[in-house]
Amino acid sequence: MVAQVCNLWLLVVGGTGLQPVAVGGTNEKIMTDNNDNVLPIIGMEIHVELATKTKIFCRCLNRFGDPPNTHTCPVCLGMPGSLPVMNKKAVEYSMKVGLALNCTIAGRTKWDRKNYYYPDLPKAYQISQYDMPLASDGYLEIPLEGDTTKKLRVLRAHLEEDAGKNVHDLPGCTGVDLNRAGVPLLEIVSQPDMNSVAEVTGYARAMQRIVRWLGVSEANMQMGHMRFEPNINLHITRDGKIYKTPIIEVKNLNSFRSLEGAVAFEIRRQYELWQDDPDGFTLEKLGKQNRGYDVDREQTVFQRDKEEAHDYRYFPDPDLMPVVVSSDWRDRVAGEIGELPLARRERFMTEYKLTFEEADSLTMDGPTGDLLDAVVEAGAEAKRCSKLLMSRGLALANEKNCTIAMTGIKAWQLADLAKMQDGGDINATAAAKIFDKMTATGDSPADIAQADGLLIVKDDSQIEKWIDDAIAANPQAVAEIAQGGKKQKKSFSFLVGQVMQASRGAAAPADVQKQLTQKLAE
Amino acid sequence: MNPIIEKSVTELAAAIADGQISAVEATQAYLDAIEAREPEIAAYNETCGDLAMQQAQAVDAKRQAGQTLGPLAGVPVAVKDNLCTEFGHTTCSSAYLKNFKAPYTATVVAKLQQAGAVILGKTNLDEFAMGSSTENSGFAPTKNPWDTSRVPGGSSGGSAAAVAGRLCAGSLGSDTGGSIRQPAGLCGVVGVKPTYGRVSRYGLVAFGSSLDQIGPLATNVTDAALLTSVIAGHDERDSTSLPNPVGDYLADIDTPIDGLRIGLPREFYTEALGGETREAIAAAIETYKATGAEIVDVSLPHSRIDIDAAGNISSFAVACYYIVCTAECSSNLARFDGVHYGHRTAEKVDDIIELFSRSRDESLGDEVKRRIMLGTYTLSSGYYDAYYNKALKVRRLIADDFTAAFEKCDVLLCPTTPTTAFKFGEKTDNPLEMYLSDIYTISLNLAGLPGISIPAGLSKDNLPIGMQLIGPVLSEKTLFRAGRMFELASGISRLAPPMLKA
Ligand SMILES: [Zn+2]
Repeated sequence: MVAQVCNLWLLVVGGTGLQPVAVGGTNEKIMTDNNDNVLPIIGMEIHVELATKTKIFCRCLNRFGDPPNTHTCPVCLGMPGSLPVMNKKAVEYSMKVGLALNCTIAGRTKWDRKNYYYPDLPKAYQISQYDMPLASDGYLEIPLEGDTTKKLRVLRAHLEEDAGKNVHDLPGCTGVDLNRAGVPLLEIVSQPDMNSVAEVTGYARAMQRIVRWLGVSEANMQMGHMRFEPNINLHITRDGKIYKTPIIEVKNLNSFRSLEGAVAFEIRRQYELWQDDPDGFTLEKLGKQNRGYDVDREQTVFQRDKEEAHDYRYFPDPDLMPVVVSSDWRDRVAGEIGELPLARRERFMTEYKLTFEEADSLTMDGPTGDLLDAVVEAGAEAKRCSKLLMSRGLALANEKNCTIAMTGIKAWQLADLAKMQDGGDINATAAAKIFDKMTATGDSPADIAQADGLLIVKDDSQIEKWIDDAIAANPQAVAEIAQGGKKQKKSFSFLVGQVMQASRGAAAPADVQKQLTQKLAE
Repeated sequence: MNPIIEKSVTELAAAIADGQISAVEATQAYLDAIEAREPEIAAYNETCGDLAMQQAQAVDAKRQAGQTLGPLAGVPVAVKDNLCTEFGHTTCSSAYLKNFKAPYTATVVAKLQQAGAVILGKTNLDEFAMGSSTENSGFAPTKNPWDTSRVPGGSSGGSAAAVAGRLCAGSLGSDTGGSIRQPAGLCGVVGVKPTYGRVSRYGLVAFGSSLDQIGPLATNVTDAALLTSVIAGHDERDSTSLPNPVGDYLADIDTPIDGLRIGLPREFYTEALGGETREAIAAAIETYKATGAEIVDVSLPHSRIDIDAAGNISSFAVACYYIVCTAECSSNLARFDGVHYGHRTAEKVDDIIELFSRSRDESLGDEVKRRIMLGTYTLSSGYYDAYYNKALKVRRLIADDFTAAFEKCDVLLCPTTPTTAFKFGEKTDNPLEMYLSDIYTISLNLAGLPGISIPAGLSKDNLPIGMQLIGPVLSEKTLFRAGRMFELASGISRLAPPMLKA
């Protein structure tokens, strides 16, 4: 099927006319036949698990990966008689996201019960926010190719409790793990403003960056901290008539790869099905449908609804008081946000003269960017620090699967290291070694350099002694240099190398070359 | 009768504190009473004699060691079986929870224990507190100690009958629409429904969360005040509990209130109120007048009780109440799905939905199912505005009526129930008629106000008649003093059913 649709070229009606659009993760361009104009209309719900210490309505730890049902209590087990007590931190985290997304924060909001039966939902209702979301009407501006950006509108963001997890790998039965039940979950709903796979993934990645930046979620895909539910349909113009395909919501995507694959597949699938039946495969006739995503086959698949045609019977939860967000509270939280990632990336490029790649990497999370600002504050050169972070910092972060800031590097260490390198006290190889070592030991770069003999030797008499030794030990090379000719250059380099080896890299090659030339000329 | 049993909570606590009676003796006296009369009354779902004895011994040891005792040290009490306790079972008188052991203890029970009370057991109720007679108990009905062919009222019928039959010195019940006051009225004891939020609901198995409130039942007003002062107060585990400090309810309880203004809601004194209840209330009003209280005419238009030519009674408040409480209960009781605890069907099921349905169908009673269905209906999309939303508006109007009335008076006085205790089976065929047992009590729950039911006398058939005092938010202290004024003036207090004299 995929091979077949690869012959198609899909055209998108943009603001400036027709343009081909990439629907796949690669640069695969698909265009329509019949001169159809096909505009994908995509909206998305993103669920973000917030990284509060405790759950949203009880004091249990919010932790992933522990043995089943070890972080539970009468409240999150849904025991009869237990009552929820709101975790204010979860509300503040959500306010931060709302503010960062340029949303209006409601002055007053409330909690509602969403009633449905499922084994992983022990109360048989989820505490959520129905008609008064904490945040609404915002936007996220995402960068697109070619230095352009696009504002994608955010309809609302509301807070709710996560459900537990059904565990199916037990012999003969299904288990329920309620460690996740009651973990705060922020649901961010976009307007259907995205028109391509690139915009969808751009939006998702920008959202990941923002929540990480704000420190409200680790947004780790493997741990299920972010889940995507895109809804996709096509507006197809053929012969002046506009056709709309059914809106498909793809449930529960937990990686960027799946998101990209699912949206690309849906665009192709819907166009193909519509071509077979332009008047039948339409929104009017088929309405909205849910599909799942088969990661292995890279296809969206028909999914029977968990429960058919739902009436959740929302009503205000009488166990919780309405949440009143005073302007003082909102302002205090807003004050904690500071500079947002895209603004900071821009500043790093203009102020610190970093490349896009450098600025982008160093603004993936807040603390790493803070680190750069701190070392500059401490008088180190931004570009030099950036290079150190981009080489060893990034490598260590990748090794440890954490952010650069979390590798353990301290601002004062990095500042000292950069100054040493810029001052010619150490060379690049030594700087890399020292970087790694100081993240592990916490020692100062000067101490490490001293202890490990990594300082560049500036003592001319010491260098002279190494040169004398090298000359004495290699008469053949000295002779070849004296003769001039073909082998002169090679032998000179050889002698420099011998001196460098004797200094164990601590001599500056330029100094060695200069002194050796003088010595040989004597 | 054992003289220990003849003591009120207050007297017994004092005697134990003085060392005249040991906690073990007091507990034994009540365990003996239970052995003698419980078979006739069936107030308890479960008694825990051994545990009670251990608690009593601990109190005695503490006293001998010269340690400070709590205000209820050694006093044997009972708690309604919808309050979670780590000891024994917590069944809510439902087959669904027949074998359920709660993993934690309700705040109020913990407070009783901290005050030194000895907990004798868990008392019967209408299943999940839904009913007015205990006939909806999933196990067996409790009988009224005044006449065992009659109901004790409900849903806290077990708690009321246990106090009336002296199977405990005092007890706790829960009141969603009258479930403490109505059985207190029918059993001739004092019952208190505190201000919504005055007592923590943590550990009370929810029926109507915005209406439920835990309160005490006792044989006189002073005991009720003492028990209320022990269980009241802010609880950080209950977001709806009030932060206001609890006053000293006992300080001036014997001092009559100067210039007490008593409002009579004219909507409660219509043709719907008949016979001996009307006479008893009229006599109570006269008693109050004699103490110098001023009687004021007030109006609660939205709590009006109408009676048509055919004698059918109807009430806004009842309609509003049954929409709110059924909506809440349909959600509150959804967790009883056979998955995590409680009854699970033994039948082979095809899917999880069938497991939910069968487990619920097999174990929940008719009245519970009726209310869940009503509530599910009123919350359904398309009906929400017509029912639930409208009920919330009516609720607001009912509350506003009370606010206006309390500008003219300090407390309101009305009957607790339209009639005295009815016979078993008399109203079971007609749920609507059963619902009307609560016409005088439910408005308070809708408005979140405190109320107290006090015995006003006995009918010719020797059945208790209850009267209700209602106050503004957090006026418990006034209610206790006003109630005590009546006891002192009328001499009606600690009514004892005939079976105790036998
Ligand atoms: Zn918990």
